[in-house]
Amino acid sequence: MSSLVLNVNGVDHRIEADPDMPLLWALRDLLGLTGTKYGCGQALCGACTVHLDGMAVRSCQTPVSAAAKQKITTIEGLSEHGDHPLQTAWVEVGVPQCGYCQPGQIMSAAALLDAKPRPTDAEIDTAMGGNICRCGCYQRIREAVHRAAAAPKGGAR
Amino acid sequence: MSTATTPADLALSRRVFVVALGGAMGGLVLGLRYSPEVLAQGQGKSPFAPIHFVKIGKDGLVTIVCSRSEMGQGIRTSLPYVLADELGADFAKLEIVQGDADARYGDQNTDGSHSVRDFYGVMRLAGATARSMLCSAAAARWNVPADRLIAHDHAVHDPATGKKAGFGELAEAAAALPVPEAKDVKLRPDAELVKSRGRLPFVDGPAFVTGQARYGADVRLPGMLTAVVLRPPVVGGRPTRVDDSKALAVPGVRKVVRLPDWSPPAGFKPLGGVAVIADHTWAAIKGREALVVEWEDGPNASYDSVAYRQALTTAVNAPGTVIRQVGDVDAALAGAAKVVSAEYHLSHLVHTPMEPPAALAHAGDGSCEVWAPTQDPQTAQKEVAKALGLQPAQVTLHVTFLGGGFGRKSKADFIVEAALLSKAAGAPVRVQWTREDDIRHGYYHATGAYRVDAGLDAEQKLVAWRLRVAAPPIGSTFDAKADRLSGWELQTLNDLPLTAPAVRFESCVAPAHVRIGWMRSVYDINHCFAAQSFVGELAAATGRDPKAVLLDVLGPARKLTAQEVGMKELMNAPEGYTPDVGRLRHVIERVAELSGWDAARRAGKAVGIAGYRGFLTYVAAVVAVSYDAKRQVKIDDVWLVADPGQVANADRVRSQLEGAVVFGLSLALYGKITAKGGAIEQRNFDSYPLVRIYEAPRTHIEIVPSQAKHAGAGEPGVPPIAPALANAIFALTGKRLREMPFAKALQA
Repeated sequence: MSSLVLNVNGVDHRIEADPDMPLLWALRDLLGLTGTKYGCGQALCGACTVHLDGMAVRSCQTPVSAAAKQKITTIEGLSEHGDHPLQTAWVEVGVPQCGYCQPGQIMSAAALLDAKPRPTDAEIDTAMGGNICRCGCYQRIREAVHRAAAAPKGGAR
Repeated sequence: MSTATTPADLALSRRVFVVALGGAMGGLVLGLRYSPEVLAQGQGKSPFAPIHFVKIGKDGLVTIVCSRSEMGQGIRTSLPYVLADELGADFAKLEIVQGDADARYGDQNTDGSHSVRDFYGVMRLAGATARSMLCSAAAARWNVPADRLIAHDHAVHDPATGKKAGFGELAEAAAALPVPEAKDVKLRPDAELVKSRGRLPFVDGPAFVTGQARYGADVRLPGMLTAVVLRPPVVGGRPTRVDDSKALAVPGVRKVVRLPDWSPPAGFKPLGGVAVIADHTWAAIKGREALVVEWEDGPNASYDSVAYRQALTTAVNAPGTVIRQVGDVDAALAGAAKVVSAEYHLSHLVHTPMEPPAALAHAGDGSCEVWAPTQDPQTAQKEVAKALGLQPAQVTLHVTFLGGGFGRKSKADFIVEAALLSKAAGAPVRVQWTREDDIRHGYYHATGAYRVDAGLDAEQKLVAWRLRVAAPPIGSTFDAKADRLSGWELQTLNDLPLTAPAVRFESCVAPAHVRIGWMRSVYDINHCFAAQSFVGELAAATGRDPKAVLLDVLGPARKLTAQEVGMKELMNAPEGYTPDVGRLRHVIERVAELSGWDAARRAGKAVGIAGYRGFLTYVAAVVAVSYDAKRQVKIDDVWLVADPGQVANADRVRSQLEGAVVFGLSLALYGKITAKGGAIEQRNFDSYPLVRIYEAPRTHIEIVPSQAKHAGAGEPGVPPIAPALANAIFALTGKRLREMPFAKALQA
C-alpha cells in the first residue's frame, strides 16, 4: 500500500492504495466517481476512458501510480454544467440507448475534437474504434461528433 | 373536452381501474388497480390494491411512475410521456420515478418487446382520468360546463372566457372529486398528441452524458463490501478443496465464503463457487486470483461444441417431433422435379451487456434491501426471498438503470449471490461480475442445426417444404428433462407463411449441457437465418430474383389460419394480431424500393434480402456488400423497414432498429461461444468480438405508418440481418455461408 495524490477534475485527493490498482477502481471505489465505467478490464471496450493530461486513456489498464503525477479528467469533470458541445450534441441527436458506454464514448470523442476539431467519418471511426457500444449507437455517435464539431466555440470547456 | 372523440378501450377498462389515493400525499394522486384476473395472469398472487402511478402536486410537479425497466429502449421516456401527453402536461414539469418490485404494478418483466403493447392504453387512461378531474375542478370553480374546457401546457383553459388555471392550483380540488369510470373518460384525438407532431424529449439523456445515471454497479452504501466470485468452470461442478490462505492475505480482503452448490434445474439459482469479499473491487479481484480451488466438474464435463455440432447434424437428418404439418411432405418431395436441400449451423451466443451483472444487497434481520439492474424485478424479489428464507414482501428491490440487458438481466442469479453474500458477511455486499465471468458463466443463446428440403415442380413452383431444427431448449433451464424445442420456442417457425401444399416442421433432439437462456429476439435469430438463407438458395437454384422468390414463397396477401399453417392453433396471434401476409409483403416490397433493389441488381451490386415477422412486428432488411481495396468483404449499407403498428415514441423505435442492425451484424460476423471439457472457451472481447464503429454500415430505417395495434420494437429488427447478409455475400462471392459466424469464412 502506498499513499498517493490523485488530481481529479481539478481537485487533489489523497488515497491509500496498492500502486498497481487500476485508476478505474480508485475512481469508482475510493473516490465514488462512478461515471467512469467498468466494461472489460482489459482495455478492449473503452467504457473506462478518462483523460490524463488531455490524452484519452483506458483507466482499467492505468495503474494509480502512473496517474498520480497527471491531471485526470473524468466524465464528471468534462464540463461544469454538463454542457460540453459533445454532451449537448449527444442529447440532441439521441445517441444513448442504455447509456452505460457513453461516458467512455464522450471522453474518447472529446480527445478527438481537441486534436482534430473537424474530423471526417474515417477519423471518427479510427479514434472511436476502441469504444464498444453493445446497443449499437455508432451511426448516431458519428452524427453527434459532427454536430459538436460544428457547434459554436466557447462556452463549456 | 369538445374535441375528444375516442372512448377509453372497453376491454382495458375491465382490466384496470383508476382510483384516488389522495389525502396525506397532497395534491391529486391517482393509482392503478388491476383486476384479479390480470394479476393472476401475471406473476402469481398479487394484492388487489392500488399503487401510485401519477401525482400532481400543489406546486404543479407531475410525478409519474415507470414500472418497466430501462435498458436502452427508452421506456422511461415512452410510457410516462404517453400519460403526460394525454394529460396535457408541460414536459419540463415532470418527474419520472422508477417503480420498485411490486406485484401491484402487474407485469414488470421487461422482456419480449411488449412494454408499450401492454401499457400504452393504461397510460392513456390514467392521463385522461387525471385531466378529466382537473377539468371538473376548474368547471366547479368557474361555474361553467366541464366539457367546454381544454387542458394543455399544464393548465386548464376556458376558451369562452380566456380563463386559465394551472394543474397545481387545481390539484387539491380535483383530489376531492370522485374518480370517473373508464367508460366516462374520453381520450384525446391522436392529432392533439405531441408524439404525433414531433420528437419527445429524452428523459434520461442528460444523466447519461454526464455520468450521473446510476446503474446496478454504481450504487454505494456506507460500510459496503464488494464481492467477486470464482464459479465452477463447468455447470454443475463444485469445489472439492479450497485454500483461501493467500486470498485472505491480500490487503483489503475481509472474508472468503463458499456459495451453496448448484443443482439442476438451473432456474435462476447461482452457480455456486467461492466468493471473495473485500473493501473494494480491486482487492476482491486480487483475492480471487489468489484462491486455490480444486473442482469436481460433474456430468456436463463431457460437453464439447465440436462433438455437439455433429450430434445436432445427426439429429436433423432423422425425423423429429412434428410441429406443424400440411399434406404429405415426403410424397411431395419424392415426386418433385427438383429437390433443394441445405443444412445450417450456428453457435451459442452470449449477451455481453456493457454493464456486466452487478447487484447490491443489504440483508438484515427478517428483511433484505436490494439494488439491481434487473429486467424482472418481481422474479428477482421472489428469488432473493426464497434464498434467504423470507417472504417476498420482506424484500425491497429497487430497480436501477440497466447498462444493457438483452435478456441476461432477466435472470436473477447474480442478484441472489449478492443477497446470500450480504447475509454471510453481515454487511451490505455488492457483487461485481468481471467480463470474463459474464462470458464464461452466462445463460447462453442456443446453438442450433437445421436441415431444410424443398421440392419444386417442373415450373419451379414450391410444392414441398420440410424443415428440421435441433437446438437445446430454454425449457431445459427450468425442467432438466426438456430435450428439444417446443411450443413458443419455435417462434416464427410456428407461422412462417408458405405457399407449398405440403409442409412439415420437425423438432429434433438436443439436450442442454449449459444454462440456456433467451437473448434479444431469442430463437428467431436461428430460425430466420435458416429459413431466409434457404429462400436465397431457392432463388439461386432457379436463377430467379431473390426478392421475387421470397414473395412467391410467402404467397399472396392474406391472414393466416391455424389450418393453413398446419397447427391446432396459431401461436403468435393474440387478439388483434393475426399474422397478416399482406403486411409482411409490404415491408419486403418497401425495403426493396428504399434500397433501390432492382437498380442495384441491374448495376451488378451485391444485395441480399430477408423478411420476417416476430414479436408481432413485420420487418424486412436489405444488406449491400462490396470488396474493399484489400478484397475483403465490407458491409456498406443496411436498409430496414419495420411495421410495428402504432408507435408511442418513433425516435426510440428507430434507435432500437438501428441498434438491432449492429446487434445482428455482431452475431452474424463474430458470434461464437464454444465449450470444451464442459467449460466455455471464450474470455473477453478479444475472443468474443463485437462490431465496432468502423464496421458499422450506413443504416437506413423506415417505420411504416400504421394504425394497427402496437407491437414489438426492441427485438424484431435483429433476426433478418444475418440471413440478409448471407444472401448479400452469396451475391458478391458466389459462396453460400451456411454457418454463423461468417468472419472466418470471409477472411479465407
